[in-house]
Amino acid sequence: MSAFEPGHQASIASVTDKVRPIAIGAAVTAVHFLGERAAFVGAEESVSFVDGEGEISKVQVTSKIQVHGGGILCAASDGERILMGGDDGKLVSVNAKGEVALLATDAKRRWIDNVALHSDGAFAWSVGKTAYVRGAKGEEKSLEVPSTVGGLAFAPKGLRLAIAHYNGATLWFPNMAATPEFLAWAGSHLAVTFSPDNKFLVTAMHEPAMHGWRLADNRHMRMSGYPGRVRSMSWSVGGRFLATSGADTVIMWPFASKDGPMGKEPAMLAPLQARVSAVACHPKQEILAAGYDDGTILLVRLEDGGELLVRRRGASAVAAVAWNAKGTMLAFADQDGDAGLLAF
Amino acid sequence: MSQSNSSQSNSSQSTSQKIPVTVLTGYLGAGKTTLLNRILSENHGKKYAVIVNEFGEIGIDNDLIIGADEEVFEMNNGCVCCTVRGDLVRILDGLMKRKGKFDAIIVETTGLADPAPVAQTFFVDEDVQKNARLDAVVTVADAKWLADRLKDAPEAKNQIAFADVIVLNKTDLVSKPELAEVEARIRGINPYAKLHRTERCKVALSDVLERGAFDLDRILEIEPDFLEAGDEHDHDHDHHHGQDHDHDHHHHDHGHGLKHYHDEEMQSLSLRSDKPLDPTKFMPWLQDLVASEGQKILRSKGILAFHDDDDRYVFQGVHMMLEGDHQRKWKADEPRQSRLVFIGRELPEQLIRDGFERCIVS
Repeated sequence: MSAFEPGHQASIASVTDKVRPIAIGAAVTAVHFLGERAAFVGAEESVSFVDGEGEISKVQVTSKIQVHGGGILCAASDGERILMGGDDGKLVSVNAKGEVALLATDAKRRWIDNVALHSDGAFAWSVGKTAYVRGAKGEEKSLEVPSTVGGLAFAPKGLRLAIAHYNGATLWFPNMAATPEFLAWAGSHLAVTFSPDNKFLVTAMHEPAMHGWRLADNRHMRMSGYPGRVRSMSWSVGGRFLATSGADTVIMWPFASKDGPMGKEPAMLAPLQARVSAVACHPKQEILAAGYDDGTILLVRLEDGGELLVRRRGASAVAAVAWNAKGTMLAFADQDGDAGLLAF
Repeated sequence: MSQSNSSQSNSSQSTSQKIPVTVLTGYLGAGKTTLLNRILSENHGKKYAVIVNEFGEIGIDNDLIIGADEEVFEMNNGCVCCTVRGDLVRILDGLMKRKGKFDAIIVETTGLADPAPVAQTFFVDEDVQKNARLDAVVTVADAKWLADRLKDAPEAKNQIAFADVIVLNKTDLVSKPELAEVEARIRGINPYAKLHRTERCKVALSDVLERGAFDLDRILEIEPDFLEAGDEHDHDHDHHHGQDHDHDHHHHDHGHGLKHYHDEEMQSLSLRSDKPLDPTKFMPWLQDLVASEGQKILRSKGILAFHDDDDRYVFQGVHMMLEGDHQRKWKADEPRQSRLVFIGRELPEQLIRDGFERCIVS
């Protein structure tokens, strides 16, 4: 069935024997590196830390830290800390030492649906239609958009927040009095991301498509043709490509030219008879890690599509993959909490 | 039902593992919150996640009560009736993080809501479909005021037309003739829903929950609900005594005295054929019909006997959205009869009847 059936493509190189398996013991929805430790964010309540060092044997969770009193709905990290919003109405952070801080509580205990982190220490979160920003100095601002916030992202330059919602996205400078800019496109916009060069804004929509705007002139970029919703996006080193999940190959949209993907076909890498569920580009090299809904994980070289097998299937879909900042370690987890670490 | 100890999750979960979702509708003041409080407070050993519009009306402490905004989104396919509840997609996604902490979900809509976008969310959204299944649309109606609302509130009529189960509440506030009158009004719009007369929403929870009304495997027959009690017009329908017949006592005093109303605006249309249908004609016809008239058709349902096919084919639809499948083999003693039902607003009856006739193998 799959391309990795023994005998079919025996030629694919494999590093499966170098992966250190980890049993988180609960559903995982995200993974981030804090220093040299991998932090697996559970679907509920806790974050599990796993030490990156050690032998290739079954490793145990170093520490499991309670962060929420219920479901963890969203998580974002800057490498120093992870911010998480919960269905307990709390916005919480955890740092590399495992120290937990309560950053905000919704008075009505409404869900914290989205969170984003800025490189200068500012952060943003959303509750229903309201997006909040707290600056590095602690000052707080909020903005209500026309419908429930689907996603948040800070621009790479300046304190500017993109807020995705129904029928478009709003660009807001929280420290400026100017009216926020509205980028319209019919449909429900969820996850949102700026290109690293600050020239493009891209959203993953509720329907199986992405939408982009070139910020200089707000020209539209339609990126459609996916069989499923895009749930994972990652910029390749230098922002040359945006890698996305949602199809049975990794869909790579070219962003190197001033027109971005306008009028261009995406590259399609690492086809499998399973759907890509999570992608993470290497921070230094043109390599990406792709997780599939059958549990498979591949490393893919962008230049020629060369593949390396990290994990051969699993009991559930890959929920998250992440690199450490140096690009020397890869962490992954599936929805059931079967996880792994791979050091290079 | 079969709550498996789910260490083995699978992307293609079977129906029984999907979380059932009951949609609770009803016009303002009909008693939705009363029913909800009953469901939550009764000692049934089950835990419900509840999606409500107004916090605070529910007197039960439950960390799985979630406030919703009823955000109705149009799908980007150019069809104005293809709407979904965007907030529901988001909330169901979030609730799935707490899988195993609850057995079922109840969605309470506002009194003015159209149930269609809620139902359509379950037809359209892949992630919702993977984890949850629509169980039934339950409409609470006020026996005293419903007849008036059917005249002046299109929302109330929608909710009755859309219902799988109707809880006709506050029957103690009306006389017997008044009750017969309002029931006849309901039946004029939707003769197929299960109807329960209640005071203070006292209804067996098994009558409103776990109904499987949208489960293709449980489309057993399509008969107006009140015929089951032996109505005088019941000439020739086949009795499949079974799961759906366990609450007939509610209908004991129908029969000869039942008035027949025809609602000018909202009707149901039933088609039947003893001759087999040609699937190469029927399928395109049905798809074209819901594509062109889907805005008028609220619900559709059918059990079909195709030419040269030993399997029963069943389908159901909400506005333009259809789903269908082969269900099982026709039984030897079972007449191979096709039956279809449409409930809708100003249905083009002749057009539908003529189109259907052309699908019959002559």
